[in-house]
Amino acid sequence: MKQVFKTPQSLKPAIFHYCPGCGHSIIHRLVAEAIDELGIRERCIGVPPAGCAVLAYNYFDVDMGEAPHGRALAVATGIKRVLPDRVVFTYQGDGDIAAIGTAETIHAANRGEKITAIFVNNATYGMTGGQMAPTTLVGMGSTTTPKGRVAARDGAPLDLTQMLAVAKGSVYLERVTVNSPQAIKKAGKAIKKAFQVQLDGLGFALVEVLSPCPTNWKMSPVDSFKWIDSTMAQVFPLGVIKDETGYQEAKGGGE
Amino acid sequence: MARQLMRGNHALGEAAVRAGCRYYFGYPITPQNEVPEYMSGRLLEVGGTFVQAESELASINMVIGASMAGGRVMTSSSSPGISLKQEGISYLAGLELPAVIVNMTRGGPGLGNIAPAQSDYFQATRGGGHGDYRCIVLAPASCQELCDLTIKAFDLADKYRNPVMILGDGMIGQMMEPVEFPEMTDLASLPAKDWTLTGAAGRPQRTILSLLLDPKVLENHNYKLVRKYDAVTLAETDWDTYLCEDARLVIVAFGTSARIAKGAIKRVREMGLKVGLFRPKSLWPFPTKPLEELSRVVRHLLVFEMNSGQMVEDVRLAVNGQAQVHFYGRPGGVVPTPEEIAHQISHYYYGAHLNEDGPSRARLVGGLS
Repeated sequence: MKQVFKTPQSLKPAIFHYCPGCGHSIIHRLVAEAIDELGIRERCIGVPPAGCAVLAYNYFDVDMGEAPHGRALAVATGIKRVLPDRVVFTYQGDGDIAAIGTAETIHAANRGEKITAIFVNNATYGMTGGQMAPTTLVGMGSTTTPKGRVAARDGAPLDLTQMLAVAKGSVYLERVTVNSPQAIKKAGKAIKKAFQVQLDGLGFALVEVLSPCPTNWKMSPVDSFKWIDSTMAQVFPLGVIKDETGYQEAKGGGE
Repeated sequence: MARQLMRGNHALGEAAVRAGCRYYFGYPITPQNEVPEYMSGRLLEVGGTFVQAESELASINMVIGASMAGGRVMTSSSSPGISLKQEGISYLAGLELPAVIVNMTRGGPGLGNIAPAQSDYFQATRGGGHGDYRCIVLAPASCQELCDLTIKAFDLADKYRNPVMILGDGMIGQMMEPVEFPEMTDLASLPAKDWTLTGAAGRPQRTILSLLLDPKVLENHNYKLVRKYDAVTLAETDWDTYLCEDARLVIVAFGTSARIAKGAIKRVREMGLKVGLFRPKSLWPFPTKPLEELSRVVRHLLVFEMNSGQMVEDVRLAVNGQAQVHFYGRPGGVVPTPEEIAHQISHYYYGAHLNEDGPSRARLVGGLS
């Protein structure tokens, strides 16, 4: 009988610590599948963030080095510059990549670092208990915006991926989500393509994943999935933001 | 190789390259700009990598990554920039990653000025960043020593898997002196590292982590670091003495101050004053024991620093009341002349009646143990 579903080799047989309905587990799997499909597990080095995914090294069966909060792309730059033939990826949340690590992110993209960044945007600081994130929507409640984010006071949500598009060194930027089987499939293809960009030495690639956080959004998982389409994706529209790969549709699995 | 007349900051760069440093990450700040400038060209010649980072924070984190990947790596800066690097230095210590960090100290606090100072002694020797850790801190007093200690710094960093700081100042970095360099280190001859992140090819996954959530696990990690620091203290404490054999007063100074003090001691020796110099070359580990032994014999110490009194605390701890510890310092980037220090020495010397023979208040008979 043909086996159609199995645990990716790049994922350890461990139980995720993530909350029910959290997007991290799905995204971890997609990253692991991309690594498996490209056959790069043994030359992959990952850099987890400070945030909910800080324990990512418990799940990914690849070498991993922990970065200070926000500095993943600087640490990854150091690794990649010493070992240019290895495949280096960062896995970062919105607070990590778009608030405290904004400078590191923009300049890594601008230098065209041959690194793959996975940016998990759940519009909240999950691990610290639901404070306002750079990507928290206007009007959205958080423990530090109890009556909702006010643009005039707190700033409007920051579209980091769009900002990265103007950096000459960024080659491939796409925003996806994981709230339906179709969306998950599409996200998987984008993540694989972002690794392919690095393998081809083209430059900086980033996939932003709109990811549900039912716990801090105070919604059921199902409502969280719906809310991504109805509300979050209105502010952070899904799709390719920049693609200078020149790939035909088939290569790297891009849409 | 013949001696070359070289500026300190350039000598530092050349020494690093000869020690096998192939990765440099930095950000411009006066008075150490010659280091990144030199490294940017020199590393190209030897097939290394130079990145001018967007900030000190980014550069120290690039150092973390390069060290994780097994490279011999260095960054340099001056006081305000070193403050920014403290986050990464704490991580380097916690992750047990080797790296060389250079501080060509300038006047502070804040933006301060760009003149030579020694006001970052506390920051360098106490750790500087958060958490219970130590950096090995080496203090050169000449361009040749800057070269020698830089090479030593890379070896110590690898040996102990610990960040090593070169604590110079604007004077050491900017002045020109003849320097003799050793031959290039054969990179293949360096001890292999069995802990680096290289990809899990044919071996289990490796991780380099500083998050240790279980207090018992972190406590064990802290004690492991303590044992390492104890080993460093036993093996790597380094100091120098000058004319201490008959001294009734010993000046304690490091780096540029020690050099000025030496000039002053030569002057007062001509006047017949029995004055010597004790110069810590490793500021951490501090030469506590040799200083304590010296204080059993010499009962008057004059600590001279280009700050408002920092190393003097370590001197007082070392002698533990056995000797009189007097302090003279000039903060703010002021560099005193040997004449000024000679004046301070003679003022103290005669004030304490050290010129008079009699009951041996100044010096115990029997000499150094």
